[in-house]
Amino acid sequence: MIPQNFEYSAPTSLKEALALIAKGDAKVLAGGMSLIPLMKLRLAAPEHVVDLSRIADLKSVHEDGKGEFPGGALHLGALATHFEIESSALVRSKCPLLAEVASNIGDVQVRNVGTIGGSTAHADPAADYPAGLMALEAKVHLTTAKGERTLPIDQFIVDALSTALKPNELVREIIVPVETRGTGFSYQKLAQPASGFAVVGVAARVRKSAGKVTFVRVGVTGLAGKAFRATRVEKLLEGTSGSAADIQKAAAQAAEGVDANTDLHASADYRRQMTKVFTARALTQALSRAD
Amino acid sequence: MATTITKTETLVGKRIRRKEDPRLITGTATYVDDIQMPGMHHACILRSPHGAARIRSINIKPAINQAGVVAVFIGKDIEAVGPVPCGASLPGLRVPAHSILAKDRVYYVGHPVAVAVATDRYIARDAIDLIEVDYEPLQAVSDPEKALEPGAPAVHPEWPDNTAFTFHQEGGEPEKAFKEAEVVVKQRITSQRLVPTSIETRGVVADYRSAEKNLTLYSSTQIPHLLRTLVAQMLGLAENRMRVITPEVGGGFGSKLNVYAEEALMGFVAMKIGKPVKWIESRRENFLCTIHGRGHVDYYEIAARRDGTVLGLRLKLIQDLGAYHQLLTPAIPTLSVLMMPGLYKFRNVIADIVGVFTNCVPTDAYRGAGRPEATHGIERMMDLLALELKMDPAELRLKNFPGKGEFPYLTATGLSYDSGDYAAPLKKALDMVDYHKLRNAQRDAKAKGRLMGIGISTYGEICAFGPSPATPAGGWESATVKIEPSGKVTVLTGTSPHGQGEETTFAQIAADELGVSMDDIIVLHGDTSIVQYGIGTFGSRSTAVGGPALYYALQDLKAKIKKFGEMLLESDDVTCSGGQCICNKTGKTIEFAQIAAASYRAMKLPPNTEPGLMATHFWEPPNFAFPFGAHIVVSEVDRDTGQVEIQRYVAVDDCVNIINPLLVDGQIHGGVAQGLGQALCEQAVYDENAQLITGELMDYALPKASTMPYIETGHTITPSPVNPLGVKGVGEAGTIGCSPAVVNSVVDALSHLGVRHIDMPLTSEKLWKLVRQGGQA
Ligand SMILES: Cc1cc2nc3c(=O)[nH]c(=O)nc-3n(C[C@H](O)[C@H](O)[C@H](O)COP(=O)(O)OP(=O)(O)OC[C@H]3O[C@@H](n4cnc5c(N)ncnc54)[C@H](O)[C@@H]3O)c2cc1C
Repeated sequence: MIPQNFEYSAPTSLKEALALIAKGDAKVLAGGMSLIPLMKLRLAAPEHVVDLSRIADLKSVHEDGKGEFPGGALHLGALATHFEIESSALVRSKCPLLAEVASNIGDVQVRNVGTIGGSTAHADPAADYPAGLMALEAKVHLTTAKGERTLPIDQFIVDALSTALKPNELVREIIVPVETRGTGFSYQKLAQPASGFAVVGVAARVRKSAGKVTFVRVGVTGLAGKAFRATRVEKLLEGTSGSAADIQKAAAQAAEGVDANTDLHASADYRRQMTKVFTARALTQALSRAD
Repeated sequence: MATTITKTETLVGKRIRRKEDPRLITGTATYVDDIQMPGMHHACILRSPHGAARIRSINIKPAINQAGVVAVFIGKDIEAVGPVPCGASLPGLRVPAHSILAKDRVYYVGHPVAVAVATDRYIARDAIDLIEVDYEPLQAVSDPEKALEPGAPAVHPEWPDNTAFTFHQEGGEPEKAFKEAEVVVKQRITSQRLVPTSIETRGVVADYRSAEKNLTLYSSTQIPHLLRTLVAQMLGLAENRMRVITPEVGGGFGSKLNVYAEEALMGFVAMKIGKPVKWIESRRENFLCTIHGRGHVDYYEIAARRDGTVLGLRLKLIQDLGAYHQLLTPAIPTLSVLMMPGLYKFRNVIADIVGVFTNCVPTDAYRGAGRPEATHGIERMMDLLALELKMDPAELRLKNFPGKGEFPYLTATGLSYDSGDYAAPLKKALDMVDYHKLRNAQRDAKAKGRLMGIGISTYGEICAFGPSPATPAGGWESATVKIEPSGKVTVLTGTSPHGQGEETTFAQIAADELGVSMDDIIVLHGDTSIVQYGIGTFGSRSTAVGGPALYYALQDLKAKIKKFGEMLLESDDVTCSGGQCICNKTGKTIEFAQIAAASYRAMKLPPNTEPGLMATHFWEPPNFAFPFGAHIVVSEVDRDTGQVEIQRYVAVDDCVNIINPLLVDGQIHGGVAQGLGQALCEQAVYDENAQLITGELMDYALPKASTMPYIETGHTITPSPVNPLGVKGVGEAGTIGCSPAVVNSVVDALSHLGVRHIDMPLTSEKLWKLVRQGGQA
């Protein structure tokens, strides 16, 4: 399992990195948990690998009071590892859903090196983060040598392994809202038995007020080529009392109209059904955590 | 009369930590890939991407022109090298010519086509991408039942029926038994193909010294001596000019009980280029080219009386052999047939095996080798019979065991079960789970709609391979014990431990027999230039056959120590114990170290005694050993998702005397893990073009530490007459007992839906469908 020959640079500033990738046929390396296996299998053979790991700028995890969301935002540097997000006191208190999603990724070794920027840029249809990022309506902050832009997550991820990233562009940070007090959350996942990736994974956020469900966000990964927000489920549950029957009725719509993936581990039919089951489970737990 | 030893503290029977562990845990052990040599080159092998294809032409020029590439060899270059050996012989066996590189045709994905040799492993890997092979793809077949259909693609054109052999075995009067039966139960049962997936893949370093005509082969193998004999033959080398060294081996599970093309190929390359060469198997190659295990489609029928008495057993066994015979490929299903009655008194049996060629990598021995398949079959059938008769599965089993007094018990397949009390472990396991209470709990759970099941399996295992007449290469084992001039003890064993821990257990045995500290003993193995000939480690044999060899060598040595003791103490009333000889009259003592020094210095010798303290024993076992046991599994199926949760796992094994309970527990745990793998998640899946679609760890699901249940172990002890240590093997027991207990529990959980049988692996989707469709798969 040996990759093809490649050139390797490890710039220490973002500017340097952007200049290097602007030259063409370069691939950036973050945690390497997706890129290196592809290179070893020779399914990817970049001429130039630009290692981002020494760029301190990309590691910052901080809160920004004004920022992108009305209630404040968390800015997660692209190089923040799954483990950092899972264990960060800031993320756990301000955006606990994301910490819960991160804790479900792979195993300890993978979480120690894999990054949120890498996972988002890779856009694996079975990755966990996208479910959470959809439910959070996260934004992706991108940068090139020439300028910056910010895209909502559902515009950033285009399809399986395909994003809106331009060849000379980097993910700089992922921006998620600071969670409103009282929001219940949950991430529920059926893991593929070999890889641990999601056969389906469902992230939910809910709010209640005066015995009514006032706010629902559901993100689904694994089912389709691209993670998505299950808006039908959201609409059906909003305004109800959030009873078990309400949850079942709403969750039953989770896979409606979706072209489901099929593979050795799960047929399209099974995936669809599991999406409903895990949506119901995520909503149930989220509601039990909301107050 | 042998020396009497008054033991002060005995080590046999104690939970002693492994002597091997410090080097393994600190990462200082040497595996094949750790070996570096001056001038060492690296090899990489180009393999067929097709399940079946004709090779029209091969152009090696672009590769050979590359800087750093020193040689590329293809099929026509290796004409002089002998075929990959098959050690098994069966009447009428068709043995395809198995050359170490493909010639004009490839037979499975991964078939070696060319080898590139370069100054470093990166250049070697790049070079194989530059070799141009013009293939004409042919129709391939991967399903053994499809391969038997008329008109199926012929794996080997000379044998269009794809049948490598048929094998018939019969005992008693099976036809009569089925005619007289009050009830007959039938079921098709599969044991899917599995990938052994040792953590360390295979690897070889070959070093040829042309001036001496000596070839040293470092290989990650379970059988260093057999490998030397067979590779020397393949390469036309004098056996005494070849040395095989087995460094640390990171798992074998049977997959390294073999002689592989690459082992001879690296010898060939080293001889050609006059430089040492290394080849390390990639994980992908390990999936594609190292033997797989299992691969059975079995059609079972059992005949019984309504009261549950079993009468007859009929089996049609279709064995997926793959494209070639590796060392023991065709022999494995014959072990299944030998063990097909399990622990029950089937007096009338009939079995037919069809060995089928497919365009897949060969199957061969994988932990349990033939016995997990047999146990899975009979234990599923006993449950089906219990279901049919509405009998409790434990009661049905207890009813059909031979009694304690019936041993040695001669089976209808011609084996003599050495010793046993088969009810004992089952009763113990039933007690451990509090069976009657558990059945009540299950009734309550089911009433509440929960899918809870209880599965029982009992197993008997043929192990301690084996009496030489019943094995392809000799079934004895050897040991040498030396007391060095300083008094330190060196044990050389012909077995080849690779994780089992015999460096520890053999030191325990020697320490007890000699009365010396374990720290003064070292156990060496796995180097044909150091260790006398031996057979190796497989078939749960090392302690059960290698142990007695060591025991007898120790008795010879002790007799000699006593002679020197008597001479030096000038007394004929001497006792040897605690590392010294004592004169019983005067109380004078002399240390082994002094005796050893005197024996080597040899100023004076006892009558008819040679200098030095060393003894070698080759032990031939009179029979196999037949350990047995019972496993009980409590499981629950998630109605919504089909996921199985193992709530309890109880394993009671009877491997008789336990030398080190810590290591026996470890063997049971590891064995159960691999059994759970087969039962729940592992499967090597080839598509209709014979492409392996579970060819990496991202798709081939192994059990993980986090998915393992807590295993409650128990033991019973039924003395065995087979060897002086009273030991039986335990390396494969956990695997053999496991899969039927798991499947029986899940079928039990779903039986009220009409589910009678489920083939492995019990994936969540499969179970979810059964639940949803009310039992109709
Ligand atoms: C054994 C194993 C199990 C796993 N299990 C799971 C699981 O259960 N769930 C799950 O979600 N994931 C899983 N993963 C994948 C893991 O989460 C990876 O970490 C993640 O997919 C990629 O992150 P990375 O930092 O390793 O990126 P890399 O592998 O370094 O890069 C991935 C891709 O993103 C690009 N890239 C990286 N950073 C940037 C950036 N800042 N800007 C633009 N492009 C960038 C790279 O060029 C490359 O194309 C598993 C991986 C392994 C090896």
